[in-house]
Amino acid sequence: MIGIISYLIFFTTVAAILSIAVLGLNLQWGNSGLFNGGVVAFFGAGAYGTLILGGTSQTAHLGGFEIFYPLALIGGMVTAGLMAWIVGILTLRLRHDYLAIATFGVAVAFENLLRNAEGLAGGAQGLRGFERPLHAWLGDGFTYNVFFLIFVLVLLGATYRFLEVLIRSPFGRLLRAMREDETAALSLGKDPAKIRLTSLIIGSVIIGLSGGLYATFYAFISPQDVLPILTFQIWAMLIVGGAGNNKGAVAGAFVIWAAWTASGWGLSRFAPLEIQLYTGSIQFILIGLVIVGMLLWRPQGLFPEKLVISQSGRTNRSENRE
Amino acid sequence: MTEVALQTRDIVAGYVPELPVLKGVSVAAQAAKITVIIGPNGAGKSTLIKAIAGLVRVTSGQVHLMGKDITNPRPDQMGAHGVAYVPQSDNIFRSLTIRQNLELLLRNAGAERAARLDALFEQFPPLAQKQNQKAGALSGGQRQFLAVAMALALNPSVILMDEPSAGLSPKAAQEVLEHVRKLTERGVTIILVEQNVKQALRLADHCYILADGRNQLDGPAADLLSDPVVGQIYLGGKRVAAT
Amino acid sequence: MIQHLVDGILVGSILSLGAIGLTMAMHMLRFANFSHAELLSIGAYCALVFDGVFTAVYAPLGNVIGPLSLTWALSLAILVSMAITGGSAILIDRLVFSRVRAKGGELSMVFASFGVAMIIRNALGLIFGLQVQLYSKDIVFATVLSRDPLLLVKPDQIFSLAAALFIMVIFHLMLSRTTFGYSLRAVAENPDLAQVSGINLNQMITLIWIIGGGLAAAAGVFYGLTNQVNPVLGRDLLLPIFAATIVGGIGSIYGAALGGFLVGIASNMALLILPSGYSPAMPFLIILVVLVIRPTGLFGEERA
Repeated sequence: MIGIISYLIFFTTVAAILSIAVLGLNLQWGNSGLFNGGVVAFFGAGAYGTLILGGTSQTAHLGGFEIFYPLALIGGMVTAGLMAWIVGILTLRLRHDYLAIATFGVAVAFENLLRNAEGLAGGAQGLRGFERPLHAWLGDGFTYNVFFLIFVLVLLGATYRFLEVLIRSPFGRLLRAMREDETAALSLGKDPAKIRLTSLIIGSVIIGLSGGLYATFYAFISPQDVLPILTFQIWAMLIVGGAGNNKGAVAGAFVIWAAWTASGWGLSRFAPLEIQLYTGSIQFILIGLVIVGMLLWRPQGLFPEKLVISQSGRTNRSENRE
Repeated sequence: MTEVALQTRDIVAGYVPELPVLKGVSVAAQAAKITVIIGPNGAGKSTLIKAIAGLVRVTSGQVHLMGKDITNPRPDQMGAHGVAYVPQSDNIFRSLTIRQNLELLLRNAGAERAARLDALFEQFPPLAQKQNQKAGALSGGQRQFLAVAMALALNPSVILMDEPSAGLSPKAAQEVLEHVRKLTERGVTIILVEQNVKQALRLADHCYILADGRNQLDGPAADLLSDPVVGQIYLGGKRVAAT
Repeated sequence: MIQHLVDGILVGSILSLGAIGLTMAMHMLRFANFSHAELLSIGAYCALVFDGVFTAVYAPLGNVIGPLSLTWALSLAILVSMAITGGSAILIDRLVFSRVRAKGGELSMVFASFGVAMIIRNALGLIFGLQVQLYSKDIVFATVLSRDPLLLVKPDQIFSLAAALFIMVIFHLMLSRTTFGYSLRAVAENPDLAQVSGINLNQMITLIWIIGGGLAAAAGVFYGLTNQVNPVLGRDLLLPIFAATIVGGIGSIYGAALGGFLVGIASNMALLILPSGYSPAMPFLIILVVLVIRPTGLFGEERA
């Protein structure tokens, strides 16, 4: 029994951490129409940034600044934001494919850099030597995991609140107006590229927070954790939840993460040995089918946006148009 | 009274179904005559031409060509119906040479291709001289001539033209419009949208005035030219239409 | 140094073939197609299958041509593979892209293309196995073209380069001499005017997929011939091919051809200063440099 509860706590913690990333992506794609093809790079920047800043001193590579944990976490978020700023400033004035290609490229280059540059973050071995915050008081066991789950849920709630307030603010209305029609923003005297850049950065900082929490939870991060598949998983979560809808984004994260772990478990448990080598391939095909299938048959997601508050505060449409 | 070549009946059309630009427009273009459409900005002049050409969807009403219903054609089949459309701007392929532009339009002409190309060049000697230059390098007037030549390559019975004189010097505009006049002598029917109202009325045989997506007035061009109300609104009165 | 240059040109010709098709589809359909590189994989595996089939049907076809490891069977298989890959590209468009296009915006298309890429890549892995495959088990020794500086080239590499250049020249002649080529350029420049000039856009989209698929298949086989065939071949070439389209300017066919060579050469020359582990990141650096210096690429037009 305690095993099941332990597992549920573990599962919920990871799903909640990923939900935060899905929320960040939702701001970029769902609310601003920005394509982020390298979610994993911003996630990784947050993860590596947090561990490098907050970890204990290491001889082989950079890091071990032992900075107070909340500051280390914020440092990771800032790293992700900086990366988004560089990519955004170069691409957001061009047609939208450029952002897609550049963000995809960032992810490839990021993983490649961390795998090779051993002096930076331990190379393929990954980054160790991180003491989880408050670990001295709470130990490593069940108590700690419950505490950490609560911590993650609080941050998830805070992110959710923040985004709900943001998309109802004048800035959020501008984002939505621009997603529909760029001239609308121009006519208000706003620079669309700047608005998009702000949204890209905020979204990436949130994705960075998710990465920081992920690395904290495992007290370890390696290039294996920042492979492109994570980007696809996070997309699938948002597509299933319904782009533009924050509640759906969180629900999508839990649904897809459950499906992913269940399919992995099922394949390793029941599939014949020769198939097990291909577990990854089968799961990737499933994720691909989820993405394509949803776009073809249910583009609004399983949990479509119920209401959109117009400027006067009234409900003006019942479904997301995308 | 000559025969009607192309006719629209109460057409309603627009870019979004809820917001029609044309709210029931009927025009009839007589064969081998110039029919000009004028009206203030936003009256739906260009939309009317695009709706006939199949580039804007007609939601009700019909378009008839020689009595045959051609409402909502596929734009690429208009040429086969014998209707050519010359857009206002970007009406030539800049990255192709003049010759390639014309050959592209003549690509289904088979064995006649060379002869028809020669005939077009004969009609537009300046184009023949520059035939191997990129079309993007042409001056405004010559560009317009190329656009007309491309339309003629389709052997059309009707040509729809959207402001052929826009952006041209008065001299070049005059040349282009005079050439348009010549086309009718060969039996081609012209429907023309113009902002330059005085010039258009002098050129045209019949004129329709649109306002807010509806027919407002029509009549022989010469009558409208001397009509005091039209003169007040369009020809030197206080509210001169934008030129 | 000269070895890196020559290797870069060889890889560049493969990237060019991939980038030409990609840039055309991106320009016409206005979305970044992340599944394009999977067409290279389809082409490579398709040739592998038909190579085997032809050799089994008529054994003498299994003989190698001159100093190459290329057999007569494989050369025939390349042609078949080009046709089948072109057909696959149309099939993918019909099954996925055209339907998503009808429903949603350009962004949905990009997501769909990622999904398609994942499905194709992993399906190839399931069907053919994750291990590396070779068209020929024979070891072909590189010819020493020069000892100082040392320059080694395999006959297969020379063949691939020559064949790629040959295909590009044919394509160039088609674009510049035939009315079909003019229509392709016309559609790329101004789709609306192309339509009223009597060009059927849907037909052109189909043709662009056939051409893009055919060129990609050739690129995939040449890559397999000079390197190896594996299910992640497309994934590894995706970013370099995208870089080639950006260097050339999205939408420019000639830009893509030249961009492929530039990316190939730059990536290989960079190995002179960087450890080889970093080469997958090179195309991204090239993209960054282009975006900073000249975002529209060599021949691109600025389009919002």
